[in-house]
Amino acid sequence: MTDLSVMPPKKAIGPIQWMKRNLFSTWYNVVLTLVVAYLIVTSVGPLISWFFVDANFMGSDPKDCSGAGACWVFISQRLDFFIYGFYPGEQQWRVDLMFLLLAVAFVPQFIERFPGRKWLGLFGVVGLPVAGYILIPGGPFGLSEVESTKWGGLMLTLILAYIGIIASLPIGILLALGRRSEMPIIRGLCVVFIEVWRAVPLITVLFMASVMLPLFLPEGLNFEKLARALIGITLWQSAYMAEVIRGGLQAIPRGQYEAASALGLGYWRKMGLVVLPQALKLVIPGIVNTFISLFKDTTLVLIIGLLDILGTVQSTVTDPSWQNVAVEGYVFVAFCFWVFCFGISRYSQSLERKLDTGHKS
Amino acid sequence: MLNEASGIDAQSSPGGQQPAVKPDIIRIEGVHKWYGGFHVLKNLNLTVRQGEKIVICGPSGSGKSTFIRCINRLEEHQHGSIIVDDIELTDDVRQIDSVRRDVGMVFQHFNLFPHLTVLENCCLAPVWVKKIPRKEAESTAMEYLERVRIPDQANKYPGQLSGGQQQRVAIARALCMKPKIMLFDEPTSALDPEMIAEVLDVMIELAGSGMTMLCVTHEMGFAKTVADRVIFMDAGEIVEQAPPQEFFSNPKEPRAQKFLQQILQH
Repeated sequence: MTDLSVMPPKKAIGPIQWMKRNLFSTWYNVVLTLVVAYLIVTSVGPLISWFFVDANFMGSDPKDCSGAGACWVFISQRLDFFIYGFYPGEQQWRVDLMFLLLAVAFVPQFIERFPGRKWLGLFGVVGLPVAGYILIPGGPFGLSEVESTKWGGLMLTLILAYIGIIASLPIGILLALGRRSEMPIIRGLCVVFIEVWRAVPLITVLFMASVMLPLFLPEGLNFEKLARALIGITLWQSAYMAEVIRGGLQAIPRGQYEAASALGLGYWRKMGLVVLPQALKLVIPGIVNTFISLFKDTTLVLIIGLLDILGTVQSTVTDPSWQNVAVEGYVFVAFCFWVFCFGISRYSQSLERKLDTGHKS
Repeated sequence: MLNEASGIDAQSSPGGQQPAVKPDIIRIEGVHKWYGGFHVLKNLNLTVRQGEKIVICGPSGSGKSTFIRCINRLEEHQHGSIIVDDIELTDDVRQIDSVRRDVGMVFQHFNLFPHLTVLENCCLAPVWVKKIPRKEAESTAMEYLERVRIPDQANKYPGQLSGGQQQRVAIARALCMKPKIMLFDEPTSALDPEMIAEVLDVMIELAGSGMTMLCVTHEMGFAKTVADRVIFMDAGEIVEQAPPQEFFSNPKEPRAQKFLQQILQH
């Protein structure tokens, strides 16, 4: 016999008991359960047949689509355009190499025991942008040049999001520290910067970057539209990031600052070794939230004429040779965004668990 | 003036264990401090000789913590001078940092760094401030962790330790910088009663090793055992200072008498 006083009580017994208790316990629960079940049955079935059963996967032109289900032929036929934009076909291996490097750097981050995980992560943050800077535009090492106007699709989306993310974090940290600085000039500058950028919609920032900025810059100092958009996105994003991080800094008890000072750590060491590691850990959910929303906001570059993944799809679904493929196109875009955003979100959760060292001080 | 009597103190030092020639290590003259319009510290004067143990007590809000925190400039004084180990504390950051390297501090709420293990807590400042190689810093840290009797917890995080253990780690962390002076700001008042003794034992042992100690505490037993001088503060002033036997058995000032009556009632 087991002694009841030391055993936790057993959970509900079997699926029928569970359903009785959770789905059919009262008359209104019964009604709700039946209504929801009806909705699920009537909607999931058609969705499945549209997505898979009636869908056309094989083929090479619009005639291969029956029209009864999704026309995935459209996606597979135009995939190159959705991924590379107008990047010339014989040079696309350079982009593929970047995708590979991206995967090598970040996929192991999900595997706890992967050897050299940290170094790969470091490569992802430092080496990857350098590699991309050489590979994608070309120029050095006999790589033929590909102008940024030809970049597009998923590749462009990733470039915008990636640069925006890794550049805005350090700038955001500095702005947050500056806003909490005791030096009035530095604090004032940071407050003005943050409040100005944060109060402006990203669309406006992009318009300014693409239309207004060239008017102010002297003749000859006109750099590419993509670079201007990137700078705009990064500065706009760092203002948001700064406020998220400031929230974390404010949550660190004064005693932590004092203990670090009392040990003789100067300002930068105190912040870098004691305060920021704790503050950033606290605001991981906020940081990731900002990352994800930036990732999706990059689609706004459409309005200044850059063709990101949404742009490439949008410009193709109106192609008269393909009929009624808009839904397939947008589902594909949604799926691409979901894969990346979900990945970021999962990674942040595992990071939170790993960094959890128990109580706050 | 109340406190310009350090010369006299030197002669009346208890038991005469301290050779009278020990040099001064802290000199505090005419220190005032205000929080806004509130006058927290009023004309404090104190000279501490090397190796001296001083207990500071007084009712809450009397400015004792503020006073001790001025000695490593966690608080700024606005008038007067504080000279620690021949370095005057001014706005000069380098002077402040070099004083802080020589002055260890233990806080009421431990203030261990929760994201670092016990060992990392102890090595952080030696490695980054004193530039001691990590291996060497770790072996020093283990020595001190042994002295505070928790070497087996070295790889745990502070959140996994009891209050008493955390405070002993905090003491070890301060000692790892090999300070000349140790400041204790109510080190036992956040602890459960059964953990106070283990922390006091460590402090008594430290006192025996000749460390200069300034300790804000209400542990009167500790004061009687180790203190060379007890300083009684009230309303931002040093009201009375005397060797512990004299202070506890025969306090002169009415405010000190009243305070002792209150805390010794139970």
